[in-house]
Amino acid sequence: MGDILSGLLALGDPKLLLLIVATTLAGTVIGVLPGLNATTGAALMLPFTLTMDPISATVVLATIYGSATFAGAITAILINTPGTSASATTCLDGYPLALRGEAGRALGVATIASTFGGLVSIGFLFVAAPLMARLAYDFGPPEYFALTLFGLSMLATIGGGSAVRNLIAGAFGVLLATVGVDLLTGVERYTFGTHALYDGIGFVPVMIGIFGIAELLRQSTQLDQERHLVAMSAVKLPGWADIRRIRTTVLRSTGIGTFIGVLPAEGATIASMISYNEARRWSPNRDNFGNGEIEGIAASEAANNAAIGGSLVPTLALGIPGSPTAAIILAGLLTQGLQPGPMLFAEQGEFLGVIFAALLVANLLFIAVGLGGAPIFARITTIPVRILWPLVFLFSIVGAYAIRQSQVDVIIALAFGVIGHLMIRHGFSVVSLAIGLVLGAMVEQRLGQSVAMFRGEWWMLFTRPIALTFFALTLLALFGAQATHLIRKITRKEIAS
Amino acid sequence: MSDRIFGGIGLMLALLYVWRATIIPDSFMSDAVGPRAFPYGIAAVMALSSLWFLFKPDPEPEWPRAGRLAEIGLAALVMIAYAQLLPEIGFVIATAFAAAYLTWRLGSTLLQSAIIGVSTSLGIYVIFHLVLGLSLARGPLGI
Repeated sequence: MGDILSGLLALGDPKLLLLIVATTLAGTVIGVLPGLNATTGAALMLPFTLTMDPISATVVLATIYGSATFAGAITAILINTPGTSASATTCLDGYPLALRGEAGRALGVATIASTFGGLVSIGFLFVAAPLMARLAYDFGPPEYFALTLFGLSMLATIGGGSAVRNLIAGAFGVLLATVGVDLLTGVERYTFGTHALYDGIGFVPVMIGIFGIAELLRQSTQLDQERHLVAMSAVKLPGWADIRRIRTTVLRSTGIGTFIGVLPAEGATIASMISYNEARRWSPNRDNFGNGEIEGIAASEAANNAAIGGSLVPTLALGIPGSPTAAIILAGLLTQGLQPGPMLFAEQGEFLGVIFAALLVANLLFIAVGLGGAPIFARITTIPVRILWPLVFLFSIVGAYAIRQSQVDVIIALAFGVIGHLMIRHGFSVVSLAIGLVLGAMVEQRLGQSVAMFRGEWWMLFTRPIALTFFALTLLALFGAQATHLIRKITRKEIAS
Repeated sequence: MSDRIFGGIGLMLALLYVWRATIIPDSFMSDAVGPRAFPYGIAAVMALSSLWFLFKPDPEPEWPRAGRLAEIGLAALVMIAYAQLLPEIGFVIATAFAAAYLTWRLGSTLLQSAIIGVSTSLGIYVIFHLVLGLSLARGPLGI
């Protein structure tokens, strides 16, 4: 409780409050622009947060994350193009409502559902993150090694794309993480004699490349889209009848969203999809889904905002990113020299309190933005791509260069823009690459520490119960689907014979 | 076919990676795992999943038409040239050209793109350098 109080007191600092308001607005702009989402926004902002203190930096990234996810709904409803992929399911019912002249009602429902989902999940973050960190308090290197390995293996199961593709992308990320001086042995690896790679491949330019520039290249192949704004009446808060209609859905979706957020690597997009489907399955109005059912909007929006708080739990407590955007926040923390986990909360006492307070303010601002600003923000989407994308490109370059005034970082960002574009085109997840890169160094370091701890007898790793559990989960994540498939095949054959 | 190509690239990458790992020197510090074991492990994962891909490719994806591919290639070339020229001619000039090119390829007329290029470049310079105090690459004009 004291932490919440100190967090709220920190808001008394006008600079911090101004920062939160400014980033909420910036995040909203990023969210309404189709093609730019929370992950891209956070990646583009990442280099500029490196000059801030770690708490402000995390506040900026988390606020961008929240507001961009929320704002995706505005464009989903008004122009039938999700501003972010997490709002894709919001289009299904939001746009039909808007066409019937009920855009105001749709936006009102989206705002309430988002804010509710967001508030509950930051409450959850505040309670669950320290608890999870306390569990990890007794973890030694072997447990951390097994846990991080499990985090990596979850890449095989993340949404879309085949498991093998995700594994290749993840392994590529881990492989990149080994470039530079090995921290445990002091040996240079894969630097090809260039001084520039001595410190390894930086997280930040890679993130800018795969999330910013790669998206720009993809957009350059689809130019001929025109966007039409639906005329709208004033946004209004949903009446009692509407609230009664959506309340169960909002509660269920908030739960689903928070839970999926906590799972490693799965974020707002999957959360909104699953919760939309669940809402349709349980609703008495299921036949109306897709024709402008407010329950559909509520399900999608409550879940995608709830996923944010959820995804930050494992990120801050264990250093395992709970979503793509959380991976960027983790990269920021690590670049700043902070190690997530129990020590983070112990050393940076106010850390969680301030993040909690910041997200609280951001979520309350959503109501103002959603009710008052939606038509203004929606206009931003009509900015032609020929102006928008060169701007994003320049922003990426300035960011990459600003990290340490190095041209090498610009080249890395550009190279990963091209690599990322090719990967996306062919169904390889750039998120896997990002998480592999961030977790790769950690896995190796913890393996080295564990083996040193056991004086070289590495099989001792399998004598620790907690580590063993994570190893089992790792195998399950990697081979679970194939195993059940195989078992089913065999039992079917037996029945047939 | 394209999955097989990617599988091949993955396998090559894994092999190359292992080859470079074998020539990593030993450490002067004694270390139980050593600097090579971990790279071998990742290379194995990479090679196995690439092999899987070579033998069981997914259905053929759609490749962009040659024109689009050339367009992407050109955009990438401009970006590389941009990165190379950045320290030579400075941020403002290099950026104005790069932004103008991209704007033109994204569908503006030549005059429009020149105006947009110069103004975005100057705008970013003002915001990031003069207001936020970030250092941007300096050119012969001193900006």
